[in-house]
Amino acid sequence: MATTQSRTLAKFMLMPSVLLLLGWMIVPLCMTLYFSFLDYNLLIPGEHEFIGFLNYEFFITDPAFTESFFNTLLLVGGVLTITICGGIGLAILLDQAIWGRNYVRIMVLAPFFVMPTVSALVWKNMLMNPVNGLFAHFSSWLGMNPIDFFAQVPLLSIIIIVSWQWLPFAALILLTAIQSLDREQLEAADLDGAGPFSKFFYIVLPHLSRAVTAVILIETIFLLSIFAEILVTTSGGPGYASTNITYLIYTQSLLQFDVGGGSAGGIVAVIIANIVAIFLMRLIGKNLEG
Amino acid sequence: MAITSSHKSKLIYTVLAWTISGLIFFPILWTLLTSFKTEAEAISASPSLFMFDWTLENYRDVLERSPYFTHFWNSVVISIGSSLLGLLIAIPAAWSMAFVQTKRTKNLLMWMLSTKMLPPVGVLIPIYLLFRDFGLLDTKLGLVIVMTLINLPIMVWMLYTYFREIPSEILEASRMDGATIIEEVFHVLLPIALPGIASTLLLNVILAWNEAFWTLILTAANAAPLTAFIASYSSPEGLFYAKLSAASAMAIVPILILGWFSQKQLVRGLSFGAVK
Repeated sequence: MATTQSRTLAKFMLMPSVLLLLGWMIVPLCMTLYFSFLDYNLLIPGEHEFIGFLNYEFFITDPAFTESFFNTLLLVGGVLTITICGGIGLAILLDQAIWGRNYVRIMVLAPFFVMPTVSALVWKNMLMNPVNGLFAHFSSWLGMNPIDFFAQVPLLSIIIIVSWQWLPFAALILLTAIQSLDREQLEAADLDGAGPFSKFFYIVLPHLSRAVTAVILIETIFLLSIFAEILVTTSGGPGYASTNITYLIYTQSLLQFDVGGGSAGGIVAVIIANIVAIFLMRLIGKNLEG
Repeated sequence: MAITSSHKSKLIYTVLAWTISGLIFFPILWTLLTSFKTEAEAISASPSLFMFDWTLENYRDVLERSPYFTHFWNSVVISIGSSLLGLLIAIPAAWSMAFVQTKRTKNLLMWMLSTKMLPPVGVLIPIYLLFRDFGLLDTKLGLVIVMTLINLPIMVWMLYTYFREIPSEILEASRMDGATIIEEVFHVLLPIALPGIASTLLLNVILAWNEAFWTLILTAANAAPLTAFIASYSSPEGLFYAKLSAASAMAIVPILILGWFSQKQLVRGLSFGAVK
């Protein structure tokens, strides 16, 4: 069907995208790799000596790395758990016959469109502030001591904010998936006397597996690189209590100007993302083929 | 009997759904309401939902005392500019993958998806240094370039899934009539694909508008879009809740409205076509 002429043209048309993405990935990545072996600080002019794996050694043996590594895992894992469980619940609820479903949908979806800096600041100041925040008012009405969210539970506070941002996305994708479920199957299960729980576990959940996989993949890509929410709320503190790997590398490279160390961190982050990606691609490969 | 019981369950589900969605929407509603309060009312220990003296003072203050419009305009240029530039590059690629499939097409698509998985910190330093050396730091052009590149894989994927749905018989028929490939693209394909292209554009404008890693790192006073402008409220102006709310409201309302129009496209675009 396709002539040689159209094949040549097709290649030609693909070229810009492929070259740009290659350039965007390969060139800077090679530079990062190169810098990571140098003793290179922007504040110290002069020769950049080759120091082998010393930057990596410093980065990985730094207690801050261990802490931010586990913070990253907690952040990604926590948000994924909340958004997927909550998303499935919301999707099932919104799939029921209810009055004003369109308005409900619009309200549920809204947080996804709020820019990260706005949502983080609104939560930080107007809701979670220990003196003037709404949560503090609530707890004093109830006669309890207000929680100082960002001092006492900094990472959890960020997990809450980020979950609020991503719950709509999970709910929307899962709702779309649930709506494509074959109703006759559920009716048949009803006739066979299946209860709500067995219907959920044997029909709804398997049907959703593909959509859940998609949500995990997409959210993980974004969640590994959470940055703005940390910058405007805790700046990674207290100590390193709410620093993730992205934020750690940012402080090292652009606040301490340590190009070598920051680059080594960047390469470590790429390796971690790759390990996650291999798992995810396998999962997706399995689910998307079908 | 059956009718009343189904009515009852509909009522219960409705109440439940409205309560939960109300709670989810509440922070946004609260921001919008606070933006019309005075600063004193905004931090009051017994805040009122609707019964307060509505004022537009905060909006006036934000517009007068800060270069709000500069940042708004930066957001507009960066998000729309990068989306249009991205379309220009992504349409040919998606067309060629959708209609001239080869053995490599699938691998190529997966590779494009994998570029999205590259963490930005992996290329942070080189991009920062290159931008510094080429004088692109704190320029709109620099951000347009970065936004185009980070959203390109999503655009190609999204367009690819739309183009795949166009029956190739239509293209074959036009080819039989002696249309050249250029004519085929402009007179046959583009008109049919226009809704898909429009949704791709819309979703990418939203994504670029809200992007908050590169916009915070690569800009200062000149090219900062609204994401970076709002971040400047983190302290100590953040303590002025009413002004923070007014600035926030102006930053999110345009995109909230666009977003509600693009619900369906959001699912398709962000799930890389896996869920439609």
